[in-house]
Amino acid sequence: MSYDINKVRNDFPILSQKVYNKPLIYLDNGATTQKPAKVIEKITEFHSVKNSSIHRGIHFLSEHATEEYEKARQKVQQFIGAKNTHEIIFTSGTTGSINTVAFSFGERYIQQGDELIISTMEHHANIVPWQMLCDRKGAVLKIIPITDDGDLIFEEYEKLINEKTKLISVTHISNVLGTLNPIEKIIETAHKHNVPVLIDAAQSVQHVPIDVVKLDCDFLVFSGHKAYGPTGIGVLYGKEKWLDALPPYQGGGDMVENVTFEKTTYQPLPLKFEAGTTNYIGAIGLAAALDYLTETGLSDIARYEHELLDYTTKSLLETGYVKIYGNSKNKSSIVSFLIDNIHPSDTGMVIDKLGVAVRTGTHCAQPLMHRFGIDGTVRASIAMYNTREEIDMLCAAVKKVKEMFG
Amino acid sequence: MKTIKEIQEEIIEEFAVYDDWMDKYNYLIELSRDLPLINTRYKTSDYIINGCQSKVWLNAEYNDGIIKYSADSDAIITKGIIALLIRVLSNRTPQEIIDAELFFIDAIGLRQNLSPTRSNGLLAMLKQMKLYAIAWQAKSKAG
Ligand SMILES: Cc1ncc(COP(=O)(O)O)c(C=O)c1O
Repeated sequence: MSYDINKVRNDFPILSQKVYNKPLIYLDNGATTQKPAKVIEKITEFHSVKNSSIHRGIHFLSEHATEEYEKARQKVQQFIGAKNTHEIIFTSGTTGSINTVAFSFGERYIQQGDELIISTMEHHANIVPWQMLCDRKGAVLKIIPITDDGDLIFEEYEKLINEKTKLISVTHISNVLGTLNPIEKIIETAHKHNVPVLIDAAQSVQHVPIDVVKLDCDFLVFSGHKAYGPTGIGVLYGKEKWLDALPPYQGGGDMVENVTFEKTTYQPLPLKFEAGTTNYIGAIGLAAALDYLTETGLSDIARYEHELLDYTTKSLLETGYVKIYGNSKNKSSIVSFLIDNIHPSDTGMVIDKLGVAVRTGTHCAQPLMHRFGIDGTVRASIAMYNTREEIDMLCAAVKKVKEMFG
Repeated sequence: MKTIKEIQEEIIEEFAVYDDWMDKYNYLIELSRDLPLINTRYKTSDYIINGCQSKVWLNAEYNDGIIKYSADSDAIITKGIIALLIRVLSNRTPQEIIDAELFFIDAIGLRQNLSPTRSNGLLAMLKQMKLYAIAWQAKSKAG
């Protein structure tokens, strides 16, 4: 069956609006995606007629809310192919998930002189929590270098692993370069040395099908808002054996079994990691978003987006004055570029007024900017609802910028 | 010499002819070319006002009771806006600068470029311009 782009576009109410009297062209999906009506309706319905605190009351509303929340957990489990429902922890987002692992794994396993490995292309969310951990424990952060095209240098990665390596945390898809990293190989290599791997799937879960059992990753994290779901909700997947072994991150209500002033015992998974009143409406909204992705067909979406990515790359390069950062053979959905030596902030300001929403700047990846010796880029990031016509408008806007700034 | 208020009114009038954003930006690009470049001596990290999006360098000199600013940016539209800020605030006494209420930015529709979230260094630059004025005001009173 062919991909019905018109239907998809109609499912997203925000897309029909105008900005500065021009049709909105939303190409900032790497920052956050828009929401389909089904997600919006689900959240509104929940607030309107179903809202109640979960896991606490025994009354009608609470029981139903709890049921829906736990069903949402199952949906996430199925979506990423996890073995057990209790391996899915709801968090506030990718950032929340990585901080949870950095704290809990760090408390349990990291000692002075231990080493952690990340890559040059990480988002600050996959750098700073590890730096904080290293500062706390006297551990050392090692960085996998990348090529000029934006690929991880695999041999260098292999060389970094040694008996002091305790954890490897890499992104599946770079939020700046679009590189789709060979995480199967990364995980396999790490496991040969008995080192666990965390995958930052913030930029991938909405674009490519993921199966955590096949991948055999130890942790995988993502945000709801980048996957057509609401903001403030995220997922931490962890293998049971790890999550069981780790101490909780935050303490509070819901994560405890018995509390006395002398001693507190914790709930089993997943509640051990879900202290306090969680963002249950966010979780339920996220489940609706994942349902929407499944109904539309993630493989079809991936194929459609890939064609659009190729079209974008080709169109931008055809101008003759655009330089693309990130030229891996394996890419998804993201194109970072500069127009001649025009400052990205100038580009961003002008094309904003032409109705095109892109992101400019360092994209929360300053070390990566240093690697390329630049202050920032313009980033167009594609989602399932973007079209060739929109890419044409982007290119027209790029031409306009070139005219204005020379 | 015109007052800070009068110069702002003048700028608002100049911009009033542009109803299209591209024209406004083109005018700012033009203004950026007129900006007297900052002496390269001051284009160092000591004079930089770091914004997330673009860099701004600012220098201030105080002579005979008057402050003179010079500035530069690596982004052209930012530089155009800087040219306007300098036109309004440079060659003034510290007291005039401290008392200045800047209404032209709002009036010509560039508010979002000076919002804290935009973090292009302009807001920080404006603060720094005022800080220089406060510092010299204090010094001249003490001296
Ligand atoms: C690769 C990557 N990791 C982590 C994050 C952080 O996600 P969040 O801000 O939703 O926690 C982002 C979002 O920009 C990202 O692109």
